[in-house]
Amino acid sequence: MNLTLRIWRQKGPEDKGQMVTYQVPDVSPDMSFLEMLDVLNERLILDGEEPVAFDHDCREGICGMCSLMINGEAHGPQRGTTACQLHMRQFKDGDTIDIEPWRARAFPVVKDLVVNRNAFDKIIAAGGYVTAPTGSAPEAHSVPVPKADADAAFESAACIGCGACVAACPNGSGMLFTAAKITQLSLLPQGQPERYTRVIGMVDAHDEAGFGGCTNIGECAAACPKGIPLNTIGRLNRDFLKATSKRAGTPGS
Amino acid sequence: MAVTGIILVLFLIAHMLGNLKIFTGEEAFNHYAHWLRDLGTPLLAPGWYLWLQRTVLMVAVLAHIGAATVLALRARAARPVAYAHRRKIHVNYAARTMRWGGVIILLFVIYHILDLTTGTLNPVGDSTRPHSNVVADFAPERWYVTLFYTLAVVTLGFHLRHGAFSAFRSLGQQTPKGERRARTAALVFAVVLTAGYLVVPFAVLTGLVA
Repeated sequence: MNLTLRIWRQKGPEDKGQMVTYQVPDVSPDMSFLEMLDVLNERLILDGEEPVAFDHDCREGICGMCSLMINGEAHGPQRGTTACQLHMRQFKDGDTIDIEPWRARAFPVVKDLVVNRNAFDKIIAAGGYVTAPTGSAPEAHSVPVPKADADAAFESAACIGCGACVAACPNGSGMLFTAAKITQLSLLPQGQPERYTRVIGMVDAHDEAGFGGCTNIGECAAACPKGIPLNTIGRLNRDFLKATSKRAGTPGS
Repeated sequence: MAVTGIILVLFLIAHMLGNLKIFTGEEAFNHYAHWLRDLGTPLLAPGWYLWLQRTVLMVAVLAHIGAATVLALRARAARPVAYAHRRKIHVNYAARTMRWGGVIILLFVIYHILDLTTGTLNPVGDSTRPHSNVVADFAPERWYVTLFYTLAVVTLGFHLRHGAFSAFRSLGQQTPKGERRARTAALVFAVVLTAGYLVVPFAVLTGLVA
């Protein structure tokens, strides 16, 4: 199949950037989306042009590096799929495909389709971990965890931090990511001691990074390649309300 | 947003129930309207209760708009460069029209107060005869008033459909099962309120209330 690509080209963070059109002939429907970009880049290199910069690593949908807005949808048209796992059979011969980077103030463009997602690291650094070293995995029966809690925590832990939720959100909010990183700990015994300081710290870091506010639209959960459910944000809200209404600094409160 | 929204929703419920009194006849409706002025007496002087309620509603409306403005400004700042190609995947008309819908509702509320509270824009405009005001307002030859009213109430319905669900979520609704319940409750509530408000002008239009 022959495709027309319109790709965002931007030389560096300060460059203004623009959409540039490329023709890519003889694309196999069995190629992944990133392989198709590789083919384009090989040709650009042979022609002496600058190849298109894009993030990628594992190419099996678990690392969270790929970050392409394909035809206006985060990770492209297939639900529950990262861009690297998207195959060209999802497109038709003669299609024009627009490829843009994630758009958010907190995710500045580094080059072409590569954005800096350091803002997510800052949210994690604000409390998205258990402070005390917990050692190696304990005997599974020593701390009972209800199956429903374990399942819900695991659902949140599936977040790969790709940023599709931010890219898809009309408000540019990173609340689904923040909520996933909070609930994967708040539902488990190891996360309890720091549960309420964690939620305040991480929400503050989220707001400071320049993300927008959540208005419960649900575009994030629809775009999420890992299927993090929208009610995760409800768990965050409840913890946040409890944390802000609790008396701080009173032992036993 | 949630807390101020709940205050406004409580008023909307009371206001709708009051409106429906129009079906109990002119005398009962007028009596209800006069009772509102005397509500709270002898603890309060006549009319005080109404001003108390107006103050609370005004504060709630301003806080609601203030919070919405902060969210809208943050959203704009959070995405300085727009997408060249944007497709909405999760079709949620109610959620997408919250901001402009809110503006339409505000404009309607201003008109509605000038029409049926102060009587400035009402053909009768007599505060002692509210029933006559309503009947004159939605008379068939003033179809454009009914049209604007309908448009505003439907917009309000959409606003409530997302707003009510969003309030549950903001106040800590957290399970998938609860989410389905909250969405259903919000939808039913929005439909009931929309129908409850629309039935009055259409009853006047069709001559059921005269």
